[in-house]
Amino acid sequence: MDATQDSGAQPRRRFLAEAAAGAVGACCVGVPLASGLVAWLDPLSKASGSGDWIQVASLSSVPTDGTPVRVTVVTGKSDAWTRDAAVPVGVVYLRRTAPAQVVALHSVCPHAGCFVDYQTDRRAFFCPCHDSTFAVDGSINDPRSPSPRPMDTLTVEVRGEAVWLRFQNFRSGIPAKVALT
Amino acid sequence: MKKLIDWIDQRTGMQGLLHEVLFERIPGGARWRYVWGSTLSFCFLVQILTGVVLWMAYSPSANSAWESVYYIQHEMTGGWFLRGLHHFVAQAMHVLLVLHLLQVIIDGAYKAPREVNYWFGVVLLMLTLGLGLTGYLLPWDQKGFGATKVATSLIGIVPLVGPSLQKLVVGGSDYGHHTLTRFFALHAGVLPGLMIAAIAAHVALFRKHGITAKQPYRKPEANFWPDQVLMDGVACLAVLASVVYLTVRHHGAELHAPADPTQPFNAARPEWYFLFLFEFLKLDFLTQWFGHQGELVGAIVIPGVVMGILAGMPFIGGWRLGHRFNLGFLGVVLVGAVLLTVKSLRSDAANPGFQAAVIQAQTDADRMVTLIQANGGIPRDGAVALLNQDPATVGPRLFAQHCASCHRYGGHDGLGVVSAEAPSAPDLRGFGSAVWLRGLLNPEQITNGFYYGGTKFRTGKMARYVQEKLPALKAKDPAAMASMIEAVVAEADLPANRAGLAARTPQIEAGRVHVSTTFGCTDCHAFRKADEDATAPTLTGWGSRAWMVRLISDPTHADFYGKRNDRMPSYLKDGRLSEREIGLIVDWIREDTAPGAWLKPVGVSK
Repeated sequence: MDATQDSGAQPRRRFLAEAAAGAVGACCVGVPLASGLVAWLDPLSKASGSGDWIQVASLSSVPTDGTPVRVTVVTGKSDAWTRDAAVPVGVVYLRRTAPAQVVALHSVCPHAGCFVDYQTDRRAFFCPCHDSTFAVDGSINDPRSPSPRPMDTLTVEVRGEAVWLRFQNFRSGIPAKVALT
Repeated sequence: MKKLIDWIDQRTGMQGLLHEVLFERIPGGARWRYVWGSTLSFCFLVQILTGVVLWMAYSPSANSAWESVYYIQHEMTGGWFLRGLHHFVAQAMHVLLVLHLLQVIIDGAYKAPREVNYWFGVVLLMLTLGLGLTGYLLPWDQKGFGATKVATSLIGIVPLVGPSLQKLVVGGSDYGHHTLTRFFALHAGVLPGLMIAAIAAHVALFRKHGITAKQPYRKPEANFWPDQVLMDGVACLAVLASVVYLTVRHHGAELHAPADPTQPFNAARPEWYFLFLFEFLKLDFLTQWFGHQGELVGAIVIPGVVMGILAGMPFIGGWRLGHRFNLGFLGVVLVGAVLLTVKSLRSDAANPGFQAAVIQAQTDADRMVTLIQANGGIPRDGAVALLNQDPATVGPRLFAQHCASCHRYGGHDGLGVVSAEAPSAPDLRGFGSAVWLRGLLNPEQITNGFYYGGTKFRTGKMARYVQEKLPALKAKDPAAMASMIEAVVAEADLPANRAGLAARTPQIEAGRVHVSTTFGCTDCHAFRKADEDATAPTLTGWGSRAWMVRLISDPTHADFYGKRNDRMPSYLKDGRLSEREIGLIVDWIREDTAPGAWLKPVGVSK
């Protein structure tokens, strides 16, 4: 008697039990997993906060003959729990192209992100990692240079005696100049 | 005892398990070619042991990571040895992995039914590479930082997900605390955890299918215990001996100066086992064939295809000639990697710029240690802050950046780079010393490149005076000349010149009189009293810290060159340098760089 009852109710009962076990299990695993995942994805929701105007140098400190001068960009910066009112956030090369016109080249190589060095004796930029070379104006001066694009320029404004720029970092390794956000 | 063992065994089945472990059957008997897996397990065990203890002393944050590793390396008892073991065992693992893979492919141990086990092996290979990559950043030194920057930039070029993935790995859009916390979590938690699981599966499957015995059998079938265990043990011991040798020889692992993104690091290279990839990205064909996509192809596509073929080898191996293809492919990849590594090492060895950068990196690292020890520890601001106050480190950097386009320092730019161009201003090495001044007052030297050769003063009053009048004055009274030089040099008060000053005082006193009388220096220069008619830089305090800082700040000041200044910028007045920076250059030129002098707080005696 019991056996016949069971045989009729069992498939449905079994399905319900399986579904419930699955749901309970998914819930038990899913909640901690999702809470971890959300927190782990936190950097995606944080903007870089770069792109503000920063005063980086005085105009007279940029040589009039067009020789690039290396300037450290100092501004307020947050790094996770740390907040500094004035820390170096990057390095740019400033170059005078006209009496009151300055061009800023980012020191980070557009190829793989190393620090591009200006070599006074060669009058050219050189990346010590994969030997990317750039002319004094930041353009690629050698077809064998592995960099996919010229050195990145930053928006500069000369305000009276002061040189201001909007500092940004850019993605490396791609032909297009795309700011890191 | 027997009773106790039986009691445990009945409840755990321990003896059966032990029996299974030790009495694995090996057709053809124990052989040396089977040791690789055991040496790798051994290495992993060493990494866990050493890693956990390193973990107990490591602090992952941007202003404590380098500092805590410094402590492990230089202060902790046996810390350098522990760190060295961890560092070199990691390198040994990469070598042993390649040998293990070679043996597996050559012996055909990847074919059915062992495909899944082989894939676990490929996963273990990737996990090991991942552990190497993440571990490399943790000291947060210039080298690790630079290498990680490149590695994470490469992630960013993956189409579509690259930028987001890069941000997740870096822990934000810029490198900082969260880069370290994330890398450390991967290095000490996620990757080893996965590795333990993968090793367990790898070994379990290995046991399930048994060893792939090499034909023909040389000996009768034997058990794992004791012959193979002995061979494995000897191999592990050999690995350990090599690692201990390297650790002792290098006194642990290298630790470069702390990461400073504002300083170029021209000695940037990945760890040697990634050098082939690094060199691969430099190959011309990437840009020639793929243009702007060269890096994507070189860093992502080609390595991806190689890994894909590696993972697909069990299937390829089933085809006709497939096994030979696998062997050939692996051979080509390995030989290629070796050749690229050799190429990289050779081109670096032949590159004087790179060699200079390596020496500079070592100098910075050593200097950092000197500074910390002189200070009795690292200030709360971190090690970079300490380095940035150091004239011996910052002075030459600033000199190279701001002064070396005209001046030289001992013929180079302060950092050892020699320019092909002739200098247009004096060489400042030894400025303020008697040697420097004697050279200036030498009629044959004053107009050479070391002194006034490049300036308009080459034909100026001073040059004419030295060439026309001074030789006669010197011949008449050499002693007066010597004391005059002593008197002017005494103004500089160089640290190197302070010893025995009291004994020279009478000579200096006499020299001071000669400056204004015998040699008539005061006709143009002011000396130890105000002189409104002076037309040349004041000799009062000539070469002293204050004199030099003032001159660099504004050479057009009436005390110095005034309107006659030849091209020298007014560094402070023009906002090119701060007073602190000028001071650092001056201290370096004056060789006033003894850490004890400026690191100890004033008023504290020790």
